[in-house]
Amino acid sequence: MTRGLHEPFATLPRQREAATFGIWIFLATEMIFFGGLFLGYAVYRHEYPAGFAAAGARTDIVIGTANTMLLLTSSATMAAAVWSGRAGLRGNTLLALVLTALLGTGFLVLKAVEYRNDIDEGLVPGSPAFPLSEPGAELFFGYYWAMTGLHTVHLVIGVGALGLTAWRLWRGRLAWRGTGFLHVLGLYWHFVDVIWIFLFPLLYLMGR
Amino acid sequence: MTLEAEAGRGRPGQTLPRSYLGAGHSVRSWLLTTDHKRIALLYLGTITVFFLIGGSAATLMRLELVTPPGELVSADTYNRLFTLHGVIMVWFFLVPAVPATLGNFVLPLAIGARDVAFPRLNLLSWYLTIAGGVLVLASLLLGGVDTGWTFYTPYSSLYSNSYVTLAAMGVFVNGFGSIATGINFLVTIHTQRTRGLTWMRLPLFVWSLYAVSIVMVLATPALAVALLMVVVERLFDLGLFDPARGGDPILFQHIFWFYSHPAVYIMILPGFGVISEVLTCFARRRIFGYEAMVFAMLAIAIFGFFVWGHHMFVSGQSYYANLIFSFLSFAIAVPSAIKVFNWSGTLYGGHITFEASMLYALGFIGLFTLGGLTGLFVASVPIDVHVTDTYFIVAHFHYIMVGGMVTAFFAGLHFWWPKITGRLYSESFARLAALLMFVGFNFTFFPQFILGWMGMPRRYWSYPDDFQVLNVASSLGAVILAAAYLLPPVYLGLSLWRGKPAGDNPWDATGLEWTTSSPPPRENFAVLPVVDTEPYAYHADRVEPHRRGDASHRAVSQSSDPGDDA
Repeated sequence: MTRGLHEPFATLPRQREAATFGIWIFLATEMIFFGGLFLGYAVYRHEYPAGFAAAGARTDIVIGTANTMLLLTSSATMAAAVWSGRAGLRGNTLLALVLTALLGTGFLVLKAVEYRNDIDEGLVPGSPAFPLSEPGAELFFGYYWAMTGLHTVHLVIGVGALGLTAWRLWRGRLAWRGTGFLHVLGLYWHFVDVIWIFLFPLLYLMGR
Repeated sequence: MTLEAEAGRGRPGQTLPRSYLGAGHSVRSWLLTTDHKRIALLYLGTITVFFLIGGSAATLMRLELVTPPGELVSADTYNRLFTLHGVIMVWFFLVPAVPATLGNFVLPLAIGARDVAFPRLNLLSWYLTIAGGVLVLASLLLGGVDTGWTFYTPYSSLYSNSYVTLAAMGVFVNGFGSIATGINFLVTIHTQRTRGLTWMRLPLFVWSLYAVSIVMVLATPALAVALLMVVVERLFDLGLFDPARGGDPILFQHIFWFYSHPAVYIMILPGFGVISEVLTCFARRRIFGYEAMVFAMLAIAIFGFFVWGHHMFVSGQSYYANLIFSFLSFAIAVPSAIKVFNWSGTLYGGHITFEASMLYALGFIGLFTLGGLTGLFVASVPIDVHVTDTYFIVAHFHYIMVGGMVTAFFAGLHFWWPKITGRLYSESFARLAALLMFVGFNFTFFPQFILGWMGMPRRYWSYPDDFQVLNVASSLGAVILAAAYLLPPVYLGLSLWRGKPAGDNPWDATGLEWTTSSPPPRENFAVLPVVDTEPYAYHADRVEPHRRGDASHRAVSQSSDPGDDA
């Protein structure tokens, strides 16, 4: 029996196809999941343009831009991992996976620093030290925390999955040849990246 | 004789595959199973427990409403009771009832597959449901939730002192179970159909699971994010819907109903599929208008996403939005009507027999039609303004949810029980239960239409004296209904012990699930079947239907199962 082939599939290509189809549906559900937050953001931004512009100018553009670069680069390394997996190059796959995980971790570290600065500046809804008085500014930061928070949770899951995959690949416990595993992981990673590509202009370039 | 001893009996020259029930007896073999049939039984046990909990809450409420003043429970307890009833019944009974239980069992069998596409994900779905259920039960034991099952803001996010966070997290987690089931079914139907089983040869039950899976994967995330926003607002004071900070509580209703109206179709579409299977079998008829049935279900699944605003006619949304949502709500009645007409057309000229499943199915058509027609009342803005938040609404959605879906669940459970267990239940007890359920249901809920029309609001624990007669009638009906619900566990349970062996195909039904043994072996089929005929080939084209058992008149027998009908 072929390694990595699971019941009820008869062939690996069929199983790959099913896995790819499944992850695409899952990503569609994720889009609607984030969609609720994007909808709320859009409604309030329409209602309070001045408050959103003033609040958007207070986010940390330097860290935000650095993080965007980290994530975009990580998508490139992730793609490299998927393609080397397809070409059967075990060493290259492992290297690319580790690089992707490191870039993701870098994002998380910077994000933690940013969160800390935000809290120090009182950029938290309901905080007595909240510096802005424009109507809607608190709502902006409500969505800032909810959206980046949910994105961060997704990224943590992604980094965890990458680490686990790399470890299993290194120990030879992963059936990666011919299965859709790396491709599925890659699609998830790219999705988390794409969400960030939308969050960055909405939260960081707003009001500048 | 034990179940597995007689199960999986093969034909001469075949090895005897063991029944899925005999594939292991330890607790571990059940809790770590990836067999879709065992997972279906795990779900069956789970939803039965939740049905009893939700039903007990309903019983207490009906008891409280026997007398006009609030005597039995306090107003606050009553709030917690109807919230508990709603949350449990919607998310832990109705949503998983047919898809995750009957669907899980039948789907791979009906498409000639060995299992669903992702068996481990299937097990994970069950664990997510259990985890969500534990959270909800924890909130119940700690003191309950008083927001109503809709979790409307700003009450739920800013004011309620009950265990909203815990309950909302429970529903949230359970939602991912339902998403996983939806993904699994979609991929299964796309990739696991056996040879020759083209899209237009799929049984309507499979199509209904396909349609419901689309709704599950596209709607449930909206619920998840709505509840997540309530939870983070409570935990971190983010104020996403807080009017004091310029937030809009109505926004929550939009996101919530963007899920919860399609969720109504999650709860009724699989019922459509079950009824189509049962009606054709006991009328010995091909389905009338197969393609219209398929497209009607898909149309309902899609249109269902564009009518959520009819829950908010009195919330102050724009007049024009009301008009459009009202129009679309009328439009969605068209595919539902197509289905009812086609079921009637299927019965026409058939050899109808009144087995228990058939009684349930016929009851379904009547009750669903009543529920659907009153839906048109409330789709019309002026009438809806009059009856909003009255018992008319309560009666309307119970006709769809209980009269429709619960009836369909019982129809399907009785239809496939011999396949699931390999045993026949007592037909006379089953018929009695079906009739009692129909009578008890109407007795309970029809008076509520009148009460609502007279203006009795929902969610109150006391009411003026004028309403007492109808409330007592409704509570008496609830007693009959409760008795009817307690019967099936008794005689179905007895059938496991005393029931006659069912044989492979006790109803002489078409459909691949009936070509394998009862109960089926772990791998479902000894040899995967090949399909060369359309579904519901109960009689040849342009030939009168024949009585059951008269198999020589079948159009084409399933090619993998030569002459096993006798």
